[in-house]
Amino acid sequence: MGGWAIAVHGGAGVDPNLPKERQEEAKRLLTRCLDIGISALRSNLPAIDVVELVVRELETDPLFNSGRGSALTENGTVEMEASIMDGPKRRCGAVSGLSTVKNPVSLARLVMEKSPHSYLAFSGAEEFAKKQGVELVDNEYFITEDNVGMLKLAKEANSILFDYRIPTIATCGAGAAAMDSPLQMNGLPISVYAPETVGCVVVDKEGRCAAATSTGGLMNKMTGRIGDSPLIGSGTYACELCGVSCTGEGEAIIRSTLAREVAAVMEYKGLSLHEAVDFVIKNRLDEGKAGLIAVSKNGEVACGFNTTGMFRGCATEDGFMEVGVW
Amino acid sequence: MGWAIAIHGGAGDIPLSLPPEKRLPREAGLRRCLDVGIAALKSRNHPLDVVELVVRELENHPNFNAGKGSVLTTTGTVEMEACIMDGKTMKCGAVSGVSTVVNAISLARLVMEKTPHIYLAFDGAEAFAREQGLETVEMSHFITPENIERLKQAQEADRVQIDYTQPIQKEAPKDAALADGDSQIGTVGCVAVDNEGNLATATSTGGLVNKMVGRIGDTPVIGAGTYANYLCAVSATGRGEAIIRGTVARDVAAVMEFKGISLKEAAAYVIDRVPQGTAGLIAVSSTGEIAMPFNTTGMFRACATEDGYSEIAIWDSPSK
Repeated sequence: MGGWAIAVHGGAGVDPNLPKERQEEAKRLLTRCLDIGISALRSNLPAIDVVELVVRELETDPLFNSGRGSALTENGTVEMEASIMDGPKRRCGAVSGLSTVKNPVSLARLVMEKSPHSYLAFSGAEEFAKKQGVELVDNEYFITEDNVGMLKLAKEANSILFDYRIPTIATCGAGAAAMDSPLQMNGLPISVYAPETVGCVVVDKEGRCAAATSTGGLMNKMTGRIGDSPLIGSGTYACELCGVSCTGEGEAIIRSTLAREVAAVMEYKGLSLHEAVDFVIKNRLDEGKAGLIAVSKNGEVACGFNTTGMFRGCATEDGFMEVGVW
Repeated sequence: MGWAIAIHGGAGDIPLSLPPEKRLPREAGLRRCLDVGIAALKSRNHPLDVVELVVRELENHPNFNAGKGSVLTTTGTVEMEACIMDGKTMKCGAVSGVSTVVNAISLARLVMEKTPHIYLAFDGAEAFAREQGLETVEMSHFITPENIERLKQAQEADRVQIDYTQPIQKEAPKDAALADGDSQIGTVGCVAVDNEGNLATATSTGGLVNKMVGRIGDTPVIGAGTYANYLCAVSATGRGEAIIRGTVARDVAAVMEFKGISLKEAAAYVIDRVPQGTAGLIAVSSTGEIAMPFNTTGMFRACATEDGYSEIAIWDSPSK
């Protein structure tokens, strides 16, 4: 027991028809991020620094749905959000509605450390970013061709779906992809949903846990929509016992305050990390689809998901390392 | 069993010396809003409708920090937030950064019922409000002279009413803003249960005096300031950061469930674990219990049960 441990994720809910290419690409990215985290841990960086570092890497890479490569709003723009939490004193920082900040997770950290508040959003957050001198870019920087295409498909799929809660079978031509993948998340065929929020959880050698999550949110979301990722207790949580980062259907994660739930069952029911993760995934999601990664102060790492796949990777100080999709 | 309802108008450093001209209108406001809630419950309205109705009343009342009477941001504007949750279905809705919508709580309810999302903020929330035909007004409607004064004092004292732990002021603060305790009052809320055990909660606020533009507090964060499930409905108030870190509203229900203790015990347990002087909450359980603990100097609050009990209080009362 003890020693450091790290886990990263690139989203729960993977299209079973995802081309092998993309799967390999994703695994390479996850591996690279794990390596960055492991290297930092070996240099004795505290958990809070490591999670920020790793999530920055995930944001900068256009592959997953955060920073560059974020999902698009209904207007074709990018609105990013992130949160970070430091276990020992449960300090936290969160941001939403970012459109020019290159690394949302770093701004969330600055909110935590340099502002009197714990959550800033939209123009106020952007103002703060300017004052803090963080790297700013045009909104176009974050937009990828892939996602422009996805937005189009999502809009077509939505024109068939009257109520996202009602599962439908796409009988019209729109989105052959919809036909291929009858699996749905948040009311959209999984091939267009692109849920790939990113996150990282770490426990360092001193047993300090930290967690961070970052996302562009839901494809075709209403402008101003906030999901679970910046909400402490839902998408992100860390305390003395553990660090947790979630991904999947935002509504389900919020209603179940999923990240806090893992810590709560450990704290109040005395479950181990693995038992807590299993319990929460099995019992707290109802019809919702989500996944999470978690570490405990004892150097354990766990992940759980009730979706078809979750892009993830984890490693522990004793040499264990694994990257997976299914 | 029977129905039960509790409302709050904010917890904080409310001095015992609060002058009558500040105390009486608030007590009257609590009384009136409580009566509105009682009447609605007696008419067998669903708790979700009841809490929305009551919070609308509290928002319209200019002496509470929500809707009209909201405290001001550092630029003198109003940015309101609200949240509503149904215990049985666990559906919820939240809004932030609302500046022209007369009743933010109703907007939160529409987000819950008319969108596939849970939480809308700023321009997006305002646009949605207009789409839905909600009543909107000029922002000046919400701004009261008291709040202009509060902001002035907060800025003169160069003091942001910060919401993370700050060193306890050793020098007694002389500025009136603190002396009348008003600047620390945040948030209004209502929780209700009917005699079938249906639970609901609603919270609404203008936030923190002199807050940064874009600052979001605990109110719209499900599990922090607002939460309901099959066991209980909770609305919290106080220092946003402490409530967020402490996942206060969620923890009350979690502790009831995992420790098998009563609502009162669970609520007290949770309040005990946040730093002294930072929080209060109101809660009702599916079996009609009520709890209104706080670790601040006071909390504007009121409650009533079907068997005829009712209470309005600010500071400690024997029946807390």
